[in-house]
Amino acid sequence: MTTEVGSDTEVKESEKLRTNTGSENAGDAPESQKEQKPEIEEGSPLPTAATQRSPSSSGGKGISRFIPPWLKKQKSYTLSEPKDETQKRELPVSEEETVVEEGECHLSEETARSKGKLEDISENLQEAEVVGREEKRYVESQPAEEDKEIVSEATENKQDTEDGKRETKEVQTNEVKVERVLQKTPKKIRIVQAKVVLLDGIEYSCDFEKKAKGQVLFDKVCEHLNLLERDYFGLVFQDHTDQKNWLDSSKEIKKQIHNLPWLFTFNVKFYPPDPSQLTEDITRYFLCLQLRQDIASGRLPCSFVTHALLGSYTLQAELGDYDPEEHDSGYIREFQFAPNQTKELEEKVVELHKTHRGLTPAQADSQFIENAKRLSMYGVDLHHAKDSEGVDIMLGVCANGLLIYKDRLRINRFAWPKILKISYKRSNFYIKIRPTELEQFESTIGFKLPNHRAAKRLWKVCVEHHTFYRLVSPEQPPKAKFLTLGSKFRYSGRTQAQTRQASNLIDRPAPYFERTSSKRISRSLDGAPVGIVDQSLLKDFPVVAGERTLEAAGQYKLKDEEGRDLDGDIAKMPQLEDGKIYSLRVNGENIYVRHSNLMLEELDKTQDELLKHQASISELKRNFMESTPEPRPNEWEKRRITPLTLQAQGKFTFQTEESSIGTSRTIKSSHETLDIVEKKQAEVGIAETVVTDDTNRGKIPFGGGESQKMEHLSKKDSSSLSSNSSSSESEDEVGEYQPHQQIMQDTIKEELEENETIKEEKHNSSAEVYVKFSEEVSPIQTAIEHKELTETLIQTNEASTKTPEKRKLRQLDDEGLKEEKEEDQPKLNGEASHIDLEISPQLICCSEPPLIKTEMVTISEASQRTEISTKEVPIVQTETKTITYESPQFDDAGDAGMLLSAQTITSESVSATTTTHITKTVKGGVSETRIEKRIVITGDADLDHDQALAQAIKEAKEQHPDMSVTRVVVHKESELEEEDL
Amino acid sequence: MAGLSGGPLRFGRCSHAVVRALPESLCQQALRREKAKEVDFARAEREHQLYVGVLKNKLGLQVLELPGDESLPDSVFVEDVVVVCEETALLTRPGAPSRRKEVEAMKTALDSLSLNIVEMTDEQATLDGGDVLFTGREFFVGLSKRTNHRGAEILADTFKDYAVSTVPVADSLHLKSFCSMAGPNLIAIGSSEVAQKALKTMQQMSDHRYDKLTVPDDAAANCVYLNIPGKGHILLHRAPEEYPESAKVFEKLKDHMLIPIANTELEKVDGALTCCSVLINKSSQL
Repeated sequence: MTTEVGSDTEVKESEKLRTNTGSENAGDAPESQKEQKPEIEEGSPLPTAATQRSPSSSGGKGISRFIPPWLKKQKSYTLSEPKDETQKRELPVSEEETVVEEGECHLSEETARSKGKLEDISENLQEAEVVGREEKRYVESQPAEEDKEIVSEATENKQDTEDGKRETKEVQTNEVKVERVLQKTPKKIRIVQAKVVLLDGIEYSCDFEKKAKGQVLFDKVCEHLNLLERDYFGLVFQDHTDQKNWLDSSKEIKKQIHNLPWLFTFNVKFYPPDPSQLTEDITRYFLCLQLRQDIASGRLPCSFVTHALLGSYTLQAELGDYDPEEHDSGYIREFQFAPNQTKELEEKVVELHKTHRGLTPAQADSQFIENAKRLSMYGVDLHHAKDSEGVDIMLGVCANGLLIYKDRLRINRFAWPKILKISYKRSNFYIKIRPTELEQFESTIGFKLPNHRAAKRLWKVCVEHHTFYRLVSPEQPPKAKFLTLGSKFRYSGRTQAQTRQASNLIDRPAPYFERTSSKRISRSLDGAPVGIVDQSLLKDFPVVAGERTLEAAGQYKLKDEEGRDLDGDIAKMPQLEDGKIYSLRVNGENIYVRHSNLMLEELDKTQDELLKHQASISELKRNFMESTPEPRPNEWEKRRITPLTLQAQGKFTFQTEESSIGTSRTIKSSHETLDIVEKKQAEVGIAETVVTDDTNRGKIPFGGGESQKMEHLSKKDSSSLSSNSSSSESEDEVGEYQPHQQIMQDTIKEELEENETIKEEKHNSSAEVYVKFSEEVSPIQTAIEHKELTETLIQTNEASTKTPEKRKLRQLDDEGLKEEKEEDQPKLNGEASHIDLEISPQLICCSEPPLIKTEMVTISEASQRTEISTKEVPIVQTETKTITYESPQFDDAGDAGMLLSAQTITSESVSATTTTHITKTVKGGVSETRIEKRIVITGDADLDHDQALAQAIKEAKEQHPDMSVTRVVVHKESELEEEDL
Repeated sequence: MAGLSGGPLRFGRCSHAVVRALPESLCQQALRREKAKEVDFARAEREHQLYVGVLKNKLGLQVLELPGDESLPDSVFVEDVVVVCEETALLTRPGAPSRRKEVEAMKTALDSLSLNIVEMTDEQATLDGGDVLFTGREFFVGLSKRTNHRGAEILADTFKDYAVSTVPVADSLHLKSFCSMAGPNLIAIGSSEVAQKALKTMQQMSDHRYDKLTVPDDAAANCVYLNIPGKGHILLHRAPEEYPESAKVFEKLKDHMLIPIANTELEKVDGALTCCSVLINKSSQL
């Protein structure tokens, strides 16, 4: 079917559904629904959300569960969202009332009968079977048509749309019928009753088909509440461990609650940052009720004064003006304003109540909300966690990002724009942070959650909050990829932007509603699960491979959207200005990363500033991107993978995981990594470590003399760069080896293994790297020997001392050869430049603190150095090894946040220059001291690199016994000997 | 009354101030980070009197002047012993043991203003008011030699409405040794590395975006902002004779009534402008 048709079908369906719902006859729901579900979600994430919502948002939501499977299937294929949207908006307003009624009218007698049966049964929570084939058909096809008509009547003003609808409907009907015929199987209709505790403490129960999705129930509740601005709300159920989970509206309820009772609470899920923008008072009222719960339960802490003030507004809203006769001293005691309500507080509340004379209930509610929203914990969803040092902290997810609390103190904050990626593995939760001015690499911060489910819940809450508050439209769930692991969960509802737009279109007279007394709330707090504290979202996305296991990893890349779906309006909305979607992606994992480069905390800036900033950032970004391997994937692959593998003689593979970088090449290499991970360390297997080896030896013939030059240059560069500390590492770290240090290879390996063990604790990925690294060592040497590369890593002077003969020769040759060489090896130049730049270091990541993962992003390094090295590169073969040690330090300033200090120390000896850059930072309660050592060793061909490396590592360890080696990047530059030439 | 300080509009509102006379023992015994020049007591007194005079006479605040106490050489720095926000006063437990007795006189004074008084009794906690920056929207608490995590935590418990973020303060006495509020949404900040680093931290920690006023001298970044009905924005800042370059920066603030005040002597014992007073807004309604 064509897309258009598809979309229409959807609309139609939904309408039909409504009718069905009216009948309460669940007869339609086929078992096949389940099976098809996956398709729906995968295939048309966007459409689904829209479609489900659009039709259902009007009265008939509940019905959707009654949709026969085939119908749903069609839905899934609908691609034409925009259309639906328009229709959608219309529908909610006008159709609601009509739909329900219609549905009922259309119900066939049969349906009615069955309904009756069902009801009886369902009361007992039993399941009734109804063979509904025929009935279904009847019901479905007829109602659909009738619905059309009704709908059109209902929406008189929107004639045009309606016409369109009708047409489409007809088309669909046909299709539907056909499908039906094909797919018919005997269906069992099971009806269950769910109980939902509403915000006013009243329990609402309703019946529906057992296989219904969460949306059905949610819509029923909202209809019952007469609530149109629904997207801020959600249903919560408690699992066995009393954890609160959000019911995923796109998934079957049954599958989410498993064996739990069908008992839910209706809660605010996304606290509107600016509640005054809500269209309807009734919405604000429900928000008020939620906030009163939050406050009374202590979830939303506030001071005495604020308790009193908020309490007084509550009284005003629910009781009206203070009346000394009616309101004696006792009237207030039935209200609960605070967790620990004192007489003093009550007196204060009464005193303030008197001052609100004249405020209408709606005004009082507004005042209440305006004060409550300023509370620092408003809308913050807290999760218990531990930082890398095992210290108890709280992670708070809110509209603006992620907050880290220790006790009651905020010790860190990561605004959404700063977060590049959110992921979880097992019980660990990770955020990858955009590099700051002081860091070259994106850093990943890990937190330990109590268990896997908690980590996943937190992850989902983050995904949902980010999507809701920061995106224009929900992101599509990742498509199934080969080797994909983890949750594909995405927020499927409307975003704040969308819901605001939708609520602008609300055009009904303010609905009457009764403000029930808060007394009830306090009562229900005692018993019923009204006040759900930890609201965690546990939405299981169907058919996600990774989810079956506890190992499932979820990743969420934060992406800022450009307002594609919402045209012009987007620009006006500050939250939407995030920027573009960068396709820096992570290999093979379903990760949701937002690249909000453009959105660094710019919310409060003016548009102009924003644009400027964006421009500059995108400029940077462009530069960055350009320098990355992406543009020339082929060369990269060749260099990195092929040559290395050859060198390794099959022994070692190079992992190039450019998690944050490359696209094309990434795929291949990443897959490799994934494999490895699975094999060796299925437990963790994160793949953000990049191990690259770009030694092109053998391939490129070098001119001796020029290489020296190069080295000089590169040295210069490096020194200057290092002083800046903003430059990329690899450059700075033109490694020079100290010939003096003679250590056996074994040592190196040992060292490495030590590191490994350390790492193994938590980051398997890094461990992998190690392993590989150690493996590499020998091969490299061999390769070197075979090819007889001279290690030019060194400064000429020193080198000359040691190998005077060679040097001389080279120098002699230099002048003469230079020109020739350059000309002769144009190819080399091109390639060579890559080498230097990307110098893709071999990264050894180990982080001692289990949770902190340091990612080595090789990419960045390549970027700005290009120019520098380009010239010289051609001549010299370079192997780059950079040794970097990073480790978190547990220092006294545990409470501190952010950067504590940074210093750079440079020391020189005859053959080696050591640059030590020490950065102390605190992130998320984790203090981290990062020492980067750049050791430039100058030596000759005879230099034993491995020994030098081992020595360097050893020394570093000795110097900092309390730290661990996080990363070792070796940057070797070796020159071909004259013989080669 | 307005809850939650009524937002930025009411920031800096002030009706009362508490100050304390300086004891002669200050010259010799007051704590100081580094031995500097001798304090000229007479001059120090003059400067302090000028300061108090501005609050009292020029701005019309009701000033409670506590008597000096020779046994408490640092007692002139009243800011450190109490944090007042709206109707609540948190009596601190100063980081320097020699200063803990200073709290008593302050408590007595505040009792007379009928504020909700909270005392920091936890023996593990230390907090100097000089480490507490209240922006009108949230608190930043410097973790310094004088203030620890527990102290900050108690502050957070006391002022529950507000976010309390911690800021490491390494090389200064107090957080406010290099910054202060110069307006409802304006942070005055010194240019030193320490100051800038702290500012970055605060910016990252906050959901709100503040304007900043960067002055060349850290010490000059400590100024006193008040919002007096009928007088508008008022800023007490260090005199041009002391910090000419920084004074120039302040002079660019067009909306503020600028009152330069010299503080040469107390600066020798690490005193800044905010240190010498506790500002309180007693709204008539309550």
